[in-house]
Amino acid sequence: MRPKSDYIGTPEKKHTFTCINIAIIVAFSLIFFRLWYLQIIKGEYFRNLSENNRIRIQEIPAPRGIIYDREGYPLVESFPSFDVSFFRQDVQDLQALIPTLSQILTMNPEKLQARLNMAKGFSPFQSIKVKTDIQREELAAVETHRLDLPGVVVDVVIRRNYPYGSLASHLIGYLGEISPEELTREEFINHKAGYLIGKYGLEQKFEPDLMGENGGQQLEVNALGRKMRVLENVDPNPGNNLFLTLSFELQKVAEQVLAGKGGAVVVMDPQNGDILALASKPDFDPNLFARGISPESWKGLVGNPASPLQNRAIQGQFPPGSVFKIITAAAGLEEKVITPETSFHCPGSFFFGNREYLCWKKEGHGRISLRQAIVASCDVYFYQLGMRLGVDRIAKYAFALGLGQITGFPLGHEKPGLVPTSAWKLKRFKIPWQAGETLSIAIGQGYNLVTPLQIATMVSALGNEGKVYQPRLVKSIKAPHGETIKEFSPLVLKNVNISPPTLDFIREALWGAVNSPGGTGGKARIDGFDVAGKTGTAQIVQRKEGRIYSSAHEHQDHAWFACFAPVRQPQITVVVLIEHGGQGGAVAAPVARKILESYYYWQRHKAHPPPFKIARGTSPWDNEKR
Amino acid sequence: MLDRRLFLNFDWTLLVAAVILSLIGVGNLYSSTYPHTGSATPLFLKQALWLLIGISLVAGILLFDYHSFIRYAYPFYIFCLLALVMVLLFGRTTSGSQRWLQLGFVSFQPSELAKIGLILALTRFFSENENPHGHGLRELVTPFLLLAIPLLLVFKQPDLGTSGLLVFIFFSLLAYIGLRRRTWVILGFGCAAAIPLFWRFLKEYQKTRLLTFLNPDLDPLKTGYHIIQSKIAVGSGTFWGKGFLKGTQSQLHFLPEQHTDFVFSVFAEEWGFMGCFLLLFLFLLLISRGLNIAHTSKDKAGAILAIGISAMLFWQTFINIGMVVGIVPVVGVPLPLLSYGGSSLVTTLMGIGILLNIHSRRFMLSR
Repeated sequence: MRPKSDYIGTPEKKHTFTCINIAIIVAFSLIFFRLWYLQIIKGEYFRNLSENNRIRIQEIPAPRGIIYDREGYPLVESFPSFDVSFFRQDVQDLQALIPTLSQILTMNPEKLQARLNMAKGFSPFQSIKVKTDIQREELAAVETHRLDLPGVVVDVVIRRNYPYGSLASHLIGYLGEISPEELTREEFINHKAGYLIGKYGLEQKFEPDLMGENGGQQLEVNALGRKMRVLENVDPNPGNNLFLTLSFELQKVAEQVLAGKGGAVVVMDPQNGDILALASKPDFDPNLFARGISPESWKGLVGNPASPLQNRAIQGQFPPGSVFKIITAAAGLEEKVITPETSFHCPGSFFFGNREYLCWKKEGHGRISLRQAIVASCDVYFYQLGMRLGVDRIAKYAFALGLGQITGFPLGHEKPGLVPTSAWKLKRFKIPWQAGETLSIAIGQGYNLVTPLQIATMVSALGNEGKVYQPRLVKSIKAPHGETIKEFSPLVLKNVNISPPTLDFIREALWGAVNSPGGTGGKARIDGFDVAGKTGTAQIVQRKEGRIYSSAHEHQDHAWFACFAPVRQPQITVVVLIEHGGQGGAVAAPVARKILESYYYWQRHKAHPPPFKIARGTSPWDNEKR
Repeated sequence: MLDRRLFLNFDWTLLVAAVILSLIGVGNLYSSTYPHTGSATPLFLKQALWLLIGISLVAGILLFDYHSFIRYAYPFYIFCLLALVMVLLFGRTTSGSQRWLQLGFVSFQPSELAKIGLILALTRFFSENENPHGHGLRELVTPFLLLAIPLLLVFKQPDLGTSGLLVFIFFSLLAYIGLRRRTWVILGFGCAAAIPLFWRFLKEYQKTRLLTFLNPDLDPLKTGYHIIQSKIAVGSGTFWGKGFLKGTQSQLHFLPEQHTDFVFSVFAEEWGFMGCFLLLFLFLLLISRGLNIAHTSKDKAGAILAIGISAMLFWQTFINIGMVVGIVPVVGVPLPLLSYGGSSLVTTLMGIGILLNIHSRRFMLSR
């Protein structure tokens, strides 16, 4: 006899089970009748559809957004090109196809075979790319041999073109084929293998804005895979356009004056942080990437010891050299360890501990005031000032002016530089700070490291009464029809707490450095345009027993020049760094001057100076004149 | 150790139905992934291997009294939660969702296991907290928390299908256990109010999928196209089907996810209405055996557990097939025992094992 538990027999549970059973029978009946409808009632209809299943999806690529300069002049283009793809389903005899196709496309049969083998496991509504960016003759050949090439189709693809070649290549960046890892990301959920996406620079950073949304068509095709009828159509949504703060004309000038050198130029509007030009040399041609870079070219770029892919303006960390004296001077005045009238004696060197610290001027500057020390860039004056301040008080002003931290440049991958403090050294090297090291710091040597962009924001802050702006590169993102999607307003990162008299004094001294007799920046002088600036010569080789004279290029000093103009109400900041260029006053100041001149010309004439010649890539737009 | 009564009272029907379904699954996978080119192990062989693992797991489950599973329900539940957290931290991402944990050679989908984890935890709670007059809102706070944690973790992956399943299983259990009428009304209003909130948290593509169900023209290039192709596949099977390996829709890869979520369309195309009828019958058998086991269970714990597992089987079957034939929106839910996937197969077989266990021990005194 089975023992019945008292649990199951309750009437309400019986009721529950009845309800559950009814619910399940209803659900299964729904499926049953649906199957009946699909397979029995409409069965023949669907059988017919499946036997002639010629419904395909063909993608219509979205035109990629354009990048414009501040005046709306396009810096990149998108142009149509032709790709050959094939649908495996339509290929009855794969082996017969290969010889014909390889001949028409001038492709190695083995390579072609490998490409076609990739099709295994793909669904037929995904076409397989055989060759991208085919020549016009190849296109004609494919069209004439249509009947011998079942399943082979030509797609129109929109490709990127950079008509100015390497112009602003570090800012614009380049495209590349999407990687398997990127394909798994949510933002690329609608992407497929083979798509080109931004891999560097603005192209990468603003990929979601630029890419747009592909459209497509549901097509009915005939037995040869040719389009018969469009069943559904979804138009592509073009990508949004970027409007930069960059000035195409100034960028051209900046690139031209840097040509053949290694280094960086940053041109900024000190009143709002707008980047007017930003160049880094050596550079690269993004067109190489747009057409699919060859392994050799890629190795050439990556393996190049001059690292052309590095954006030196934001990633290059250099000792600031004498440009840093601006900070030491400001710290001295603000901390009241000196007054503008304080003067020191410079005999050409300064003894501290057991060491002799040299001034760049061997014979010395004699008795020298603060203003004159800035104008003539006297090292001994700043050694003594540095001693009075100590490293941490100098660091305080360096941080305040934006050094030692990233500026928040929109492209990212920025280097923070280094502002040494005694705490930093103890933590980093487990050794306390040596007073002698402060001397090097005071003149911008030692552990100090800055990027050219940081120097530009710092110098701009001096010119605009102490506002450290975040460098702005993108002004706005606009939809293809012009409505603004996003505006980027100028952003003040901080207001530097330096008193107006100190700022006035430093500005005047910087004006002196360019315009007074004995000024180190004399080569940047422009009549009628009051340039205020500071030279810097960043040493690579420590001078211990006097200067090491080495002719090796990599032992040459980095040349700096940082300036703004005009000194009252400045409109433009220019920072030039020439890697291993030599002396700032001799090498960097004339480069800055050319950029300032060009700007000043435009100021006076409201027209651009006669254009510089600039190398342009091969493109359909080559013959277009601005 | 093994009691003779375990065999005498064994539910052979349930086991045989499950094994037949799994074998149909392996055969169908053979077809849906045909031809088997490439050097990798064919998927149907992998699935067969998983089937063997699953069946040994069923045998293992039978060795223990199901009460010990309920006793360890909370630790197991916590383990499932940890696995879900691990997925979010280290999981492998494919097509935008992070669902798999890579463990050596195998990858494993904790959200599958979480279904069993939730059912066990709820069984433990409801068998310990009885209320003959129906539960009120206050007593449901713990069960709702038990649901909410794995639900959020699975939703975050994102896995809309499994999230939905957890909710359906939960409410099925509530319906079985019985709530006060007032509580149902409040819950109804609560859910209605939660829908707009839930909608805001959906990804764009998930919204599109749900809306495409209402309006197939909304996304003619993706979901809409898939639904059309799936309907063509099912319909073109007609009465007798096209025959094994003869399904043009599947052999030409017109179907999306044809070895996972859309595996039923491959089956329907090749085996026709007759085959589908048989398959539906087997599923119905599986579920009704599960309900019968709940009905004849010796105690409330066994009944709740059996109801939970039956609900899991039912909802998965209904949603998956409904989605393939176009009466349910496309959300990713695998078809029990037929869709490719070790985690899903093993989880389903674990459920079957627990059902068999409850049935075999219905006349035994629990320790």
